Amino acid sequence: MTNMRALPPKFADWFGQNGWSLHPHQQEMLDRAEAPALLLIAPTGGGKTLAGFLPTLVDLAEEPHEGMHTLYISPLKALAADIKRNLTRPVEQMGLPIRIEDRTGDTSQSRRRRQRADPPHILLTTPESLALLTSYDDAARTFRGLKRVVIDEIHALAESKRGDQLMLALTRLQALCPDLKRVGLSATVEDPAAIAHLMARHPDPCEVLLADPGPAPDIQMLRTEEAPPWAGGGAAYSIPAVLDQVRQHKTTLIFHNTRAQAEIFFHNLWLANEDALPIAIHHGSLDRAQRAKVEAAMVRGDLRAIVCTGTLDLGIDWGDVDLIIQIGAPKNVKRLVQRIGRANHRYNAPSKALLVPANRFEVVECVAALEAVLEGALDGDAPGPGPRDVLCQHILITACAGPFDADALFAQIRSAGAYATLSRAAFDACLDFCATGGYALRAYDRWQRLLQRPDGLWQLRDPRSAQRIRMNIGTIQDTDKLKVRMQRKRGGKPLGEIEEGFAATLTKGDTFLIGGQIVRYEGLRETVVEVSRNAAKKPKVATFGGTKFATSTQLSARVQQMFTQEQWPELPPHTAEWLALQREVSQLPQPGELLVESFPHDGAEQTVFYGFAGRNGQQTLGLLLTKRMEDLGLRPLGFVATDYATLIWGLDPVDDPAPLLDSAALHEGLDSWLAGNAVMKRTFRAAATIAGLIERNTPQARKSGRQTTFSSDILYDTLLRYEPDHLMLEITREEALRGLVDFGRIEEMLSRIAGRIEHRRLPRVSPLAAPLLLEMGRVPVEGAAQERMLAEEAARLMEASGLAQLTPPPSNIPRRRDVS
Amino acid sequence: MNGLDFTFAGAALTALGSGALWWPAQSLLCVSDLHLGKSERLARRGGATLPPYETRDTLNRLAADLAATEPRHVVCLGDSFDDLGAAQALPEQERLWIMRLQAGRQWDWIEGNHDPGPVGLGGTHLAELALGPLTFRHIADPAQRAEVSGHYHPKASVYARKRSISRPAFLFDSDRLILPAYGTYTGGLGSGSQVLCGLMQPNACAILTGPQPVVIPMPRRAS
Repeated sequence: MTNMRALPPKFADWFGQNGWSLHPHQQEMLDRAEAPALLLIAPTGGGKTLAGFLPTLVDLAEEPHEGMHTLYISPLKALAADIKRNLTRPVEQMGLPIRIEDRTGDTSQSRRRRQRADPPHILLTTPESLALLTSYDDAARTFRGLKRVVIDEIHALAESKRGDQLMLALTRLQALCPDLKRVGLSATVEDPAAIAHLMARHPDPCEVLLADPGPAPDIQMLRTEEAPPWAGGGAAYSIPAVLDQVRQHKTTLIFHNTRAQAEIFFHNLWLANEDALPIAIHHGSLDRAQRAKVEAAMVRGDLRAIVCTGTLDLGIDWGDVDLIIQIGAPKNVKRLVQRIGRANHRYNAPSKALLVPANRFEVVECVAALEAVLEGALDGDAPGPGPRDVLCQHILITACAGPFDADALFAQIRSAGAYATLSRAAFDACLDFCATGGYALRAYDRWQRLLQRPDGLWQLRDPRSAQRIRMNIGTIQDTDKLKVRMQRKRGGKPLGEIEEGFAATLTKGDTFLIGGQIVRYEGLRETVVEVSRNAAKKPKVATFGGTKFATSTQLSARVQQMFTQEQWPELPPHTAEWLALQREVSQLPQPGELLVESFPHDGAEQTVFYGFAGRNGQQTLGLLLTKRMEDLGLRPLGFVATDYATLIWGLDPVDDPAPLLDSAALHEGLDSWLAGNAVMKRTFRAAATIAGLIERNTPQARKSGRQTTFSSDILYDTLLRYEPDHLMLEITREEALRGLVDFGRIEEMLSRIAGRIEHRRLPRVSPLAAPLLLEMGRVPVEGAAQERMLAEEAARLMEASGLAQLTPPPSNIPRRRDVS
Repeated sequence: MNGLDFTFAGAALTALGSGALWWPAQSLLCVSDLHLGKSERLARRGGATLPPYETRDTLNRLAADLAATEPRHVVCLGDSFDDLGAAQALPEQERLWIMRLQAGRQWDWIEGNHDPGPVGLGGTHLAELALGPLTFRHIADPAQRAEVSGHYHPKASVYARKRSISRPAFLFDSDRLILPAYGTYTGGLGSGSQVLCGLMQPNACAILTGPQPVVIPMPRRAS
């Protein structure tokens, strides 16, 4: 342990004037300022950010510095702005000669240019903006003299490709500034060593500093007079009880798992808000200006409650929040604890939180999660090796900055934890992909993207490529979103965004919720969804997607264990009775066997497989089973997966599920089964976009709109047909198996049930299956059933419109014929 | 190979599921917007290096249609090449393939906005072609009738059982027939777009391509 470093008098005075003293972990961060990499794990409200910046402030106060001294990276733009505000105060009050600026996608062009030429002492930015900065040929000048990099909320970044991209950018910075010290700030995590591994400059270690975790949170399930519904995610039943809680507290954050749920809940809350309490909504689909308004009102303390999603999840200082309400099951114990700990910013006071199950299944899950929290059992999966699509983007970014040496770049990349075991062959494949596309057909020897010069260095062939590459930097894969505006002659008020897929299902006159109000779909003007105000009480369509979390293995097992109990004294009577009813009309899924239920519903044959393999595993099970059913002529139409079960519907009933679940058959040809699938295509689209094969933004598209682009599915199909071993398909399979496919949990399930399948044919939907019918995220099966549906619907449309009766013009009645 | 028979301006035609138009009386097969060499053009301009297999894939499908219909006359309705440079840069193998497909039949290249000049391959280069009652040109001329054109890459969607199914489509009314794009790397323009709604009469129909082509009233809702 190093010696204690005394706080300079100026700082000690400032702390004293504010009546504060240094937390032990803040002192220790100062003491260990020279550690090459240091990870601080501290609870929220513990002055984590100040702990991260203290060595910087002291350094800059004691010694003048030319250029950039410290780079701060946060996952959220809003967080960067927030930190700037919080840092500026002590700097001004102590009169320190420190310039602090932020730089995000929102920063103006001229300011950004100036920042590159004349960087501030402390630059606050995001991983994407950093990646962009490193793509310029003047990066060495911009970062000259850089001593420290502070990565805030690193646990959040570590879970995504944004973190991988950031760590790769750091290897570049480290090459420019060899003495660069790395500091990571993290909330409580189950495995600090895993994050330290990602953060370290390999093979150097990264030390971990654990702060006092503070008192345990006070979490309970909200007890309501009214029972939660059998199904659905709206939790409308809890509105009176939630309003009651809002009245009793200063500021309440009401978290939802999806944006759609947040919208519906807010709408209902507002209808019931007879006292006119100031309540607002905040989520990522809302227009930026609207979000900013809510954030400002909250900082002023004007709001009593905010209905929100994950966008408020990270450590933004939201003032006096004294209650967190989580609507819907938390899905993951770790996220729950972090969400609750994070939003409460009072150090050394227990966080107070209430869980509100949205339906009766979630009551079970909430109780299981509470037990896990009490036992301090956090869950989580070990991170895999660094994704290669991100690596490809990194190579392209490197090329934008100027000629590079492949050996040196390879060595640099291997100093990032996630890529420490990257093989030279894997790197070379990525380099080849970036240079020529990496096709067996050497079509691009003339038009390579990257060229190797006679001196051995690699560079962009066409300097215009740099602009295109920069336009596509980043790893965040939003599904395509369309802006929503009020219809008016000239650009109405922006309301937010909806997914393109959702927009495609709307017909003129449909009503839906956005930003807490009901609007009517009027039409699409270029890429903007135009709507008008609508006074309807209930929206006709209310589903648009949001992020979905998968329930962890641990939580799934806990729920399953609860189903073995004779009685459930820990559950509210309504839920215990519901489980009892399920036991009566069918049975509860038991560990060690697979319950399958079949019943007709909604004009289709439905079959439910209660596999408890987690959302991704159940999703894959859906893919494999529907493919099997398609082959067997059972004409499946689609499926939906939850963390516990997969529901498949189709035109024909499943009489015997056992052959569908044959383990050997499920294993056999997993690749070919998955090849034509929507989930694989979705994964391919994400990977190909990150790797630079698909350009989301092009200079041309800016001019001409989106007509010229063709679907990534075409690229996927073409590659699959002509070059199935291509790197992009390899990456897609890798990604899918790791993420969306999660075949491991299916194998675990199959060995758990060891052939014991309990099939129940029921006259109608069972109590346990009911929630599945309302799940979002249905995956269509494009098979024989789709062709038939299309033909039926076409015939109906021709009849209904009268066109079928028309004799020419415009044509005689078209007839199908086979040309053979 | 499946098709849908319909009559347009007095001509008995078949819309093939592949997106090609078959006119049995003239033994004529018409395909539009092949955009051969698109990946080459994109790479040449410093863009992404897409899988260079779209020419091969497009020709594969065209060869299958030719084998099935055995036409005496083939009309490529413009934008056959992504640009003139792409036409010149075609690999020798694909050049020879096109020449083999041309053998023994009349082959007309109608000029498009992407390929406004001769491409140095066999066949005849034409601004437009009048044949019997029909005129073939690349871009629809609102003042003309009995016209077969391409250019817009029309697609149409049907909403069936809570699912939107969108496919490249033929659009036709009493005056005009617009072909879908045949090329592998081609996107589409929804039939609800302003320009297509403006070109087509209110009683226009759309034929969705695919394994079983189907005809529907032309959807006019934006999607």
